[in-house]
Parts: sequence; C-alpha cells; structure tokens
Amino acid sequence: MENQKGYREKKMAYDRSGKDVYYFGALLLIIVFIPVFVKSKYYLIVLNIIGLNTIVVVGLNLLVGFAGQISLGHAAFYGLGSYFSGILTMNYGCPQWPAMALAMLATGAIAYLIGYPALKLRGHYLVMATLGFGIIINILMGELEYFTGGHDGMIGIPPLSIGGLKFDNDLKNFYLIWTFVFFCMLVARNLLDSRVGRALRAIHGSEVAADSLGVNTASYKVKVFVLSAMFASVSGSLYAHYITFISPSTYDFYYSIQVVTMVIVGGMGSLWGSLFGAAVLSFISEALHVAKQYHIIAYGVFLSLILIFLPEGVLVSIHHFYQNRKLKKLIATEESSL
Amino acid sequence: MGLSQQIAQYIITGLTIGAIYAIVAMGFNIIHNATGIVNFAQCEFISLGGMFVYTLVVLLNVPMILSFFVSLAGVALIGAAIERWPIRYARSKEIIILIFLTIGLSGTIRGTAQQIWGTDNVGVPAFSGENPIHLAGGAVILPQHVWVFGITILVMLALHHFFKNTILGKAMRAAAVNRRAAALVGISVNRMILVSFALSGALGAVAGMIIAPISTTSYDTGIMLGLKGFAAAILGGYGSFPGAILGGIMLGVLESLGAGLVSSQYKDATAFLVLLLVLFVKPTGIMGYGESERV
Repeated sequence: MENQKGYREKKMAYDRSGKDVYYFGALLLIIVFIPVFVKSKYYLIVLNIIGLNTIVVVGLNLLVGFAGQISLGHAAFYGLGSYFSGILTMNYGCPQWPAMALAMLATGAIAYLIGYPALKLRGHYLVMATLGFGIIINILMGELEYFTGGHDGMIGIPPLSIGGLKFDNDLKNFYLIWTFVFFCMLVARNLLDSRVGRALRAIHGSEVAADSLGVNTASYKVKVFVLSAMFASVSGSLYAHYITFISPSTYDFYYSIQVVTMVIVGGMGSLWGSLFGAAVLSFISEALHVAKQYHIIAYGVFLSLILIFLPEGVLVSIHHFYQNRKLKKLIATEESSL
Repeated sequence: MGLSQQIAQYIITGLTIGAIYAIVAMGFNIIHNATGIVNFAQCEFISLGGMFVYTLVVLLNVPMILSFFVSLAGVALIGAAIERWPIRYARSKEIIILIFLTIGLSGTIRGTAQQIWGTDNVGVPAFSGENPIHLAGGAVILPQHVWVFGITILVMLALHHFFKNTILGKAMRAAAVNRRAAALVGISVNRMILVSFALSGALGAVAGMIIAPISTTSYDTGIMLGLKGFAAAILGGYGSFPGAILGGIMLGVLESLGAGLVSSQYKDATAFLVLLLVLFVKPTGIMGYGESERV
C-alpha cells in the first residue's frame, strides 16, 4: 500500500512537469494544421468560439481549481472586455490594441475592487459579490444607452490588425484567437509551476495550514481573481473585434453558468481539462442551437450528472483511470521480478 | 395623487415584495445552517410553487385552498428528493462541489418546467377578489397584498414555533450547531438535512404561490425573486432568521422606493447594489455575527 502511494506520487509529479512540453507542442501543431482540414466556415466559427471560451475557462479555473472560490459573474468581466474595447474604439477613436490593453487593465482594477473585500473573509462571499456584480453590469449594458447603444448593442466594431494584416475573416481570426489561447495556457501553466502556483495549491489543500506557513492567503486569492478577470476581458475584447457586434444578451447570467460548467466538466484545477471542457460544451451548445428550448435542461442535467458521479471532471477521471491501470501493471511487474 | 400618497403606495408595494424576499431568504438560511451550502435550487422552488398552483387552479379547476396545500406538499417533496438522491449520492462532499451541484439541479428543474409549461407568463386568480381597499392615507391596497402579509406573518410565527418548541425543530438546530455532537445524542443528521430541504421547498412554494396573482408566474420567475431573496439573506446576515426578515423588508422597500422615485430601469440593480455595498461595509450583514465555517 505504502509502495503504491509512493509510486503514484512520483508518477504524478513526473506527469506534471515532463509531458506538458509535448502537450503544448501537439496543441501548436493542431492549431497550425486544423484549418487545412476544416474548410467549412461554420466549423471555423465554432472553433473560434471554443477558443474564446477556453481563454475565459482557463482563467476561471485558476480561481475555482486553485483558490477554491466560485465566481458567478465571469460573464461581466467577459462583457467588460467587449464593451470597453467597443466603446473606446467606436466612441473615442482609440486604436484597437491599446483599447484592448486598457480594457484588460480597467477590468482587472474593477475585479480588484470587487474581490478585495469579498476575499478578505473566509467562506463563500465571492460567489455573492460576483453574482450581484454580474447582474448589475448586465443591466448597465442595457440601460447606459449613451455609451453602449442599449439593448440593440453596438454594431461595426473595427477588427484588429497588425501592420497591414487585418483580422477580418474567420480564418485569420482563428489564428489570432488560438494564438491567444496558446499563450494564455502557457501563462497559466507556468504560473502554476511557480511559487505562486504552489502557494495556491497549498491554499486549496488547507487555508489554515497555508496561512500558518506564511502564505498570505487573502492576497493570493485576490491576485488570482484579478488575473482570471483579465483573461476573461482579453477574450471579451477578441470577441468584440471578431464578431464586430455586441449586445447585452451575450453577457447574461447564463454565460456565467456556462463557463462554470465548462470548468467542472474539464476538471477543477486541470489546465488541459479547461480546454476539453470548453471544447465539448461549446460544441454541444452550438449543436443545440437549433433546439434552443433544450439548452437549459441539457446544461442542468450534464452539470448535475458530472458533479454527482465524476466530481473531478471527465478528463481528470479518465486520466486517473489510466494512471491506476498503468500503476497496477508496474507493481505487478516489480513484484514478479522480485 | 400627492407625493406622500405616492410614497405610501411605494412602501406598501415594497413591503409586499419584501415579505416574499424574507420568506425566500429564510429558505436559503435553513439550508445554509444545516449544510453550509448555498442552495441555488431555491429559485426553482418559487417558480414551481407558482406553476403548480396555476396548473391546479386554472387548468384543473381545483379549489384554491386545496391547490395551495397540494402545491406546498409537492414542492416540499421535490426539495426533499433533490437532497435524498442527487446531493446525498454525490461522490464528493466538498462544499464548492455541492454548491455547483445545486446550480446544476436548478437548471435541470427549470429546463423540465420549461418543457412542461412552455415559456409564457400565466396569471393566477387572486385568493379573494380584486376589489381594492382604500386606506386612510389615501393609498390603495389589493386583497392579495393582505394575503401576502398575513401568510408571511403566519409562516414566520410557525417557523418560530417549530424551531423553538418542537423536538424536530430543536434537533435541527442542534444538528446545525454541531453535527457530531448531535449525532452522539441520537439525532439523525442526514434526516435533519432532508427536513431542511423539504422545509425550504415549502417556503419557496409559499413565496411563489402568494406572489403569483400579483405579478403573474412562469417557469423562470423564481430566478430574480430567488437571487434577490439571497441578497436579502446576506443583507440581514447569512444564516440569521430575524436578519432574513429585516433584510427582505429593507430590500423590498428600498427597491420599490428607488424604482418609484429615482428610476424604474434600475429596479433589478438596486437589490444587488445594496448587496455589494453590504459586502464592502459589513460583510456579516446587519444581524450576522461572524463567519461560521462548516466542514
């Protein structure tokens, strides 16, 4: 038994550090070559939506999986990114890239204001704060007509461009969005492998223990919350410049629930799970688009079943299953060689 | 109509909706005290209460009083069922997982309700007529408002009696304070949690049923009412029963005055703005005393 546990820990530590290089390499290859196989405009759009959701989900998973906190307001941060980008470029003639950076900083600052008081306390105060914040922001998007165009939204947001290259079709946006996905995942992965990541894992394990070992738990939680809001904001900006049309209904309470579901399906605290969750659920959402009346029930049942039977998430559960099997084989060969 | 009359009218509306928030907040508190989780399925209990009573009274012509109690029992059973199966069989008992699970269950119930009843808003007849009653101040009040106040007060008194004087209520409080100690003196903690869910279901149903004749009902009316009831619970102090009443009434009146005197566009935002301000200034709420961490 002792032996088995030792193996397992070694194995997991090895998996965490070593294989990511290959996974990232594979991801890069897939990103580069997918458009060769996917010619249909529709599937490119779906892939782009998956990419945008992945960025939000990777950020949210940092918060949920590593700080053990729930946010039901990520639609608001996603929306703030979109609307800041839209308002700055359309109403004030600000160039796209600086607008995107400003949007990210402003969203981060707002997240800090929301998160600081809520995360100083233990318990689930953040879920209440983000829930309220999400609904307020969604109402403001509809009512501040002077800035946001009200419920009709904003039309004609200019696409992003680098030099002469204008990201004005689905294929170009595919490369743009997935480049961002790649780098966001890289940032998240390196963050989790650093001192900050170890501190966050310690907080998730036991807040009291982490505190007593000198980890400033409140400060780390606020930082990771701000970071996850910034991820959502970047994704929101990309969405605004890609679709070129934004309206409040995209950023309602349901979107917050959707991204939370993606985190859970992929597995809380699993980086590759985030990609998996975002891909599977965005695809299902799109497939159900024709039958919109089944949307709520599908999400509800899916979320419930996974939480009851596979609380670690689908991808992580599969991974554990194979790991255990390999481990048993390993132990069997060791024992027979003795 | 003069300003003072208008304000009186807004306050009456506010008290009515505040009473609903208070009942909903109570439901949130009971489950929080028993399990430490935020039960988002509470929102669905409200919608179900409204839709059940609509089905019985309007579609099946069952008398109101009978429909009331049948719907109450039906939603209480659903509340118990979601604890008995999904929540109890959940493989992980982490609070964060269980909170997410209630969100999932809430979606499952709402989606099912949508399939059964469709998405239209439907009306439910008032409990006793529609003739407005003129009050001394010049404000007008509908009989249904009186029903809302009366039933709310009755519910609060009944809950008070239940938790103070009955063995079951005392056992529930004991289990909420310390699970292990309660189990040691022979209280079945699991059964107490089951009863909390049934009770919350019943409370949600009452809220949904008494407000339905005033504001109509649909498969998703419970979301806004439920989330605002949640805000009321925080405002009062999460887990505190007097806090729930105070929080609900304050929120209802503030919202109604805000909508009437300032701007009705931001009516829904008021409750959540108050919630955020409370979290900034006094996160434990008005009547709350510190955070009780449960494992």
